[in-house]
Amino acid sequence: MSSSANTALATPGTAPAAIRSPFRRTLSSVPVIIALAALAIMVIMALFAPWLHTIDPVQIDPTQRLKPPSGAHWLGTDAYGRDVYSRVVYGARVSLVVGLGVAAFSMVVGLAIGVAAGYFRWVDAIVMRIMDGLMAIPGVLLAIALVSLSGASLTTVLVAITIPEVPRVVRLVRSVILSVRNEPYVEAAVSLGTPTFTLMLRHLVPNTMAPLIVQGTYIFASAILTEAILSFLGAGVPPEISSWGNIMSEGRSYFQLIPGLVLYPGILLSLTVLSVNVLGDAMRDVLDPRMSRRL
Amino acid sequence: MVNFILRRMLAAIPVMAMVAVIVFAILRLTPGDPAAIIAGDSATAEQLDQIRRVMGLDQPIYMQFFIWIGQLVRGDLGVSLLSGTPVSQMIVDRMGPSLALCLSTITLSVLLALPLGILAAWRQGKLLDRFVMATSVLGFSVPVFVTAYLLILVFSLKLGWFPVQGYRSPDEGLWMFVRSLTLPTLALSTVYVALIARITRTSIIEVMGEDFIRTARAKGLRERGVLLGHALRNAAVPIVTIIGVGIALLISGVVVTESVFNLPGLGRLVVEAVLGRDYPVIQALILLFAFIYVLINLVVDTLYTVFDPRIRY
Repeated sequence: MSSSANTALATPGTAPAAIRSPFRRTLSSVPVIIALAALAIMVIMALFAPWLHTIDPVQIDPTQRLKPPSGAHWLGTDAYGRDVYSRVVYGARVSLVVGLGVAAFSMVVGLAIGVAAGYFRWVDAIVMRIMDGLMAIPGVLLAIALVSLSGASLTTVLVAITIPEVPRVVRLVRSVILSVRNEPYVEAAVSLGTPTFTLMLRHLVPNTMAPLIVQGTYIFASAILTEAILSFLGAGVPPEISSWGNIMSEGRSYFQLIPGLVLYPGILLSLTVLSVNVLGDAMRDVLDPRMSRRL
Repeated sequence: MVNFILRRMLAAIPVMAMVAVIVFAILRLTPGDPAAIIAGDSATAEQLDQIRRVMGLDQPIYMQFFIWIGQLVRGDLGVSLLSGTPVSQMIVDRMGPSLALCLSTITLSVLLALPLGILAAWRQGKLLDRFVMATSVLGFSVPVFVTAYLLILVFSLKLGWFPVQGYRSPDEGLWMFVRSLTLPTLALSTVYVALIARITRTSIIEVMGEDFIRTARAKGLRERGVLLGHALRNAAVPIVTIIGVGIALLISGVVVTESVFNLPGLGRLVVEAVLGRDYPVIQALILLFAFIYVLINLVVDTLYTVFDPRIRY
């Protein structure tokens, strides 16, 4: 072990410059700070929606249909007289839940399947054929089919968006496992009689964490997008839930009259996805330099 | 070469078989009784039974699968529950706009993205590079329908240059056809341009570090010759790969774009079928799109040998 590594271990607060600097440089770059701030605002919106000058987003007021922005309705009203600003703020909740939910689900499921496939040859043969098949079906298509057939609800949407994302995680995890399973330290652990499950958890899984977190960020972004697409096409979360996709879907018919009904949630959606992608790129640069050189 | 293509085609068969199993499983294992959906709310138990018998839903599930596969192999994709038309007929009728949209998008994307990616790689780290990369992250992040509506707002509603919606076939005049496809193509291209430009840049930057690039420069070749003659050619394999992989993205985009611009193509047929729960149509279209995806990636694999003769199978 080199002396610099020793110092780093002895005093964790002062990591060697070579380790610390990319973190610092990446995290203090202007786009990353803006992205973090934008995401923070979105999380605050989602968490504190009831206290942000919002009116009940499902409250219908026929006398106030399709009104332009005003003091009472900051972004105007929609075709049912509902307050667009409130609907957009509450919509952040749906996007956040879907993004986090799908990222978490697909990472956990993909990790489990990927580790099994990478470690056991017989699992690999079967599982990877299924994954190949799933990957050949365009994700949005698979998701809308799943939602429409099992009925619209937030849970169905979560599951339907998760299923097409899983194969990507499985492939990633499997490739990492395959590359480390013949490393001497794994062989050492095997020869010491480490139970398979412990071996996986302690020696194999940690290797997958860095690329998995990066991939998770991208899945978060793509899940938010897919949810919006599904709702926009009318095959997403039920219409009574205020999601950005639903607001846009209902605003479509009035686009020539009030473009804001589509554009406000659309721009917010784009900014959110953009911020997550910028963060994902930054995390990839820090956590997984090899991958960053590839794309 | 022929040997390779044949082997590669054989390898595509299990993938397609798996897709068929998945599609079948999705439609049969998701909650909801197809017979009840077809019959409507007022159906009696006898009517339900009859529909089940006619559709073969009373058979054991594996028998249903083999009956369905048998029909597929004979080219019978079933009949639409909503219109009663054979699904294969519907696909042929609706193929035109989708094909036109995909071809124009791929052409435009490659024409835009290759120069952008090459320029960015050439000016690596400079302002131009940063600009191209920043725009490409933006291109990834703005959903197709938001781009589409922004384009409609500016070019249709404000400037009046293009129609808001609708499709004109080439028979109605080439000019009308091009006009009706311009905005959809632009909207759909953004993601694809971003994707291809990014991969072009990284692959070229990677290749530029190779020895043969130094040799090319040393023998006095101009920078343009080095970039286009040596770097781009050697960066072709990842670029072609991403175009193939991106087909899945393109198909998802087609579904959305056709809905926004009201183009009567296969993408909108998917949405109509999904909203109307038209099982045979959904089944057939998912299979068709997966087949296209597998086929295009097969073509991409064979292209490797063209772009990089070092690759031998």
